[in-house]
Amino acid sequence: MLQTNLKHVESEAQYSEILQNNENVIICCGRMGPMCVPVYDAMEDLEKEYTNVKFYDMEFDIPDAHVIRNLPECRGFMGLPFTVYYKNGKVVTATTSIQNYEQIKEILEREF
Amino acid sequence: MESNQYDVIVIGAGPAGLTAGIYSSRAKIKTLIIDTGTIGGQMILTFEIANYPGVESTTGYQLAKTMKNQAKSFGCDILSNVRLTDVEFDGKIKSVTINEKDKYTAKAIIWATGGRSRMLNVPGEKKFKGRGISYCATCDGDFFQDKEIVVIGGGNSALEEAVALTKYASKVTIIHEFDHFQAFEHAVLEAKKNPKISFIMESHVQEFTGNTSLEKVRIKNLKTSKITEMSIDGAFIFVGYEANNDFLKDKEIKLNDWNEVVVNSNYQTSVEGVFAAGDALAKRYRQITTAVADGTIAALNAIEYINRK
Ligand SMILES: Cc1cc2nc3c(=O)[nH]c(=O)nc-3n(C[C@H](O)[C@H](O)[C@H](O)COP(=O)(O)OP(=O)(O)OC[C@H]3O[C@@H](n4cnc5c(N)ncnc54)[C@H](O)[C@@H]3O)c2cc1C
Repeated sequence: MLQTNLKHVESEAQYSEILQNNENVIICCGRMGPMCVPVYDAMEDLEKEYTNVKFYDMEFDIPDAHVIRNLPECRGFMGLPFTVYYKNGKVVTATTSIQNYEQIKEILEREF
Repeated sequence: MESNQYDVIVIGAGPAGLTAGIYSSRAKIKTLIIDTGTIGGQMILTFEIANYPGVESTTGYQLAKTMKNQAKSFGCDILSNVRLTDVEFDGKIKSVTINEKDKYTAKAIIWATGGRSRMLNVPGEKKFKGRGISYCATCDGDFFQDKEIVVIGGGNSALEEAVALTKYASKVTIIHEFDHFQAFEHAVLEAKKNPKISFIMESHVQEFTGNTSLEKVRIKNLKTSKITEMSIDGAFIFVGYEANNDFLKDKEIKLNDWNEVVVNSNYQTSVEGVFAAGDALAKRYRQITTAVADGTIAALNAIEYINRK
């Protein structure tokens, strides 16, 4: 499990349930690595501001993370973390590698 | 005292800024640390730290967390992920504005904004970041299993990471602008004896191209001006660091030709009451230990300055 203060997605079933029951969702799939930690950190801060969005992380190396790793929107991604934004269960944007607070905020403003 | 009035404001929450915060808040000096990013600075970018005395091998994330908790335990306020939008350093009372609207004042400032990896700044670099271009071998190396990659740079990081990447990649080509390396001899030897590594010297990368992912790199030989294109799966860029002092350009604080802050023996900048510490300084060795030492000295001098006023 990732050592963050975000809620964790731990299985494919939980992933499906989250997407089914929430309009706006962001999931950051990574490790506790240098490019990932700043994204979780920014998400923890943004979570307080964007109460209309559900914020989650997911460990990249668990088998069930294939739900993110194999998304068509993540094809060609070669930098951790993979951060995916969903509206009504559909992917609206996905980013690869480190993003800062402002970049994530800009996507939240635009998409949700 | 009003909530936005502080004795000292530390700008930057890397090891230098956090140490300054630990010392000043422990001395009952009301302290605020602000950071545009994640608390911990470059420590967060470091997987393993094995040379910080008193702590057996740890992760940068852990060390950053411990320093942050220490600073907070002494009453230091910390704001991260904010935008620094204005500073006024002249005069007795200094001010710092974040997110264009929130103004904080203090009697002294400690500037500890550290440094960042230099980018190549060539076409395609931004587009393919995370799509073949990486700045972290430990993070992204395993995406390049049996792939052909280039490593750009000639310092210790470039050569050490090139060797580390041979664990995954089938072929690693180091591209460097000079005919010799700046790295330590042992790092150069290690790279030269690795059968998977080859070298393109005295050459500049001019452009990265591809469709959705990186496919090619265009290289210019600086001696012959000949341009070649090379098909590759990935590129790792390690071309050094630069100080995060862009904000100080055209401000009253003296910088040297490399944009680094110049301080006196008390770690005071050219402006009274404004001290500086860590990688943002003009100095030779940039390590966590040296940043921590700078932060200590800057804080002790700032405390003395405040108490004298
Ligand atoms: C990959 C890597 C591995 C390393 N490994 C080691 C190691 O093993 N051992 C070792 O001793 N050293 C290591 N170092 C070097 C060490 O991390 C740095 O020397 C040290 O972190 C410098 O500390 P600092 O506090 O001066 O700056 P930084 O750590 O750079 O922190 C500066 C902080 O200031 C913030 N900031 C920047 N601009 C602004 C602004 N305008 N307003 C507000 N905040 C701002 C940044 O977001 C950052 O958090 C490594 C560095 C890297 C990149």
